[in-house]
Amino acid sequence: MGPALIVLYAFSLLSAALLGREAEAGRALLEGAQAALPFAVQLAGGLCLWSGVTELLERAGAAAGLSRLLAPVLRRLFPRGAADPETLSALSENVSANLLGLGNAATPAGIRAAKGLHRLGVRDELCLLVVLNTASVQLFPAAAGSLRAALGASSPFDIVPAVWLCSACSLLAGLSAAALLRRLWR
Amino acid sequence: MALRTLTPLAVPGLVLLGMLAAYRSGADVFEALTAGARKGLETTLAVAPALLALFPAVWLLRASGLPELLGRLLDPLLARLGIPGETALLLLLRPLSGSGALSAAADIITQAGPDSLAGRTAAVMLGSSETTFYVIAVYFSAAGVRESRWAIPAALCADLACWLSAAWVCRLLWA
Repeated sequence: MGPALIVLYAFSLLSAALLGREAEAGRALLEGAQAALPFAVQLAGGLCLWSGVTELLERAGAAAGLSRLLAPVLRRLFPRGAADPETLSALSENVSANLLGLGNAATPAGIRAAKGLHRLGVRDELCLLVVLNTASVQLFPAAAGSLRAALGASSPFDIVPAVWLCSACSLLAGLSAAALLRRLWR
Repeated sequence: MALRTLTPLAVPGLVLLGMLAAYRSGADVFEALTAGARKGLETTLAVAPALLALFPAVWLLRASGLPELLGRLLDPLLARLGIPGETALLLLLRPLSGSGALSAAADIITQAGPDSLAGRTAAVMLGSSETTFYVIAVYFSAAGVRESRWAIPAALCADLACWLSAAWVCRLLWA
């Protein structure tokens, strides 16, 4: 991130000087610095409320229930990985935590699943796990909604159906690309 | 009509549903909500320093006029794909840095307005994608695998599908 930031500042200064926007650029730097903290505070409200709801769902056993629902799907996507009970439980924990938006729980479970798949030597299934985790499969886009709420949207969560549709398109594209590339890759 | 009047109640309804489900399985509802709030605060504290460091950079970049030049350069391509030119910076940052993408999305939504087409498109793009390269790096290095094989091209296909569908769906719903 360091070198990228240096390049970003250098290009910004150069462009401001060339386009005669020196005064705006100088002001903007401090305006950005001042905007960051109020924004983080605004964002925290939505994040805290939604984390409370996911906590409730988790304690009601929603993650375990989702894992049971997901098992047949995972057996189809990861035929060899799912044959190993330990890897299957890590896989379903990873996907159900992702669905509920529990990022803190999804990553350790995903890493356990990745290690399991690596141990089993199923390289294509490891790639598929990574692709699944790069395509967002959240049931509720809490961060995007909280962002809109923090910046004054009239109905912050009206984007939810659109996010579902896009997540589905993205997941479908990832799975299709995976199905195609695993055949072509040598 | 009924749908339109009821949708604003979906989020409070979801909170109620969560409380009922936790209550039925014998959990302490208030304690769970406060534990969640604490986690939310921890998340905010974890991203706040990055936002404080990145917001000035993104604001400076916007004021320098460079994104407009970049937008004008990329506009023929983006316009052909139906993607709003304002989101160019978000598209570049999204796969690389989570807090960078959040800063860029916040900038777009501030500039274009939260209920504008570009503002909504930015939020949908942010909500339906992940920090692709970060995820790839974390998983492969944790598993001790050096070769990522076809994971990067497949993940980028998913990202591209996300940008295109976000632009199309938002234009369909809110243009």
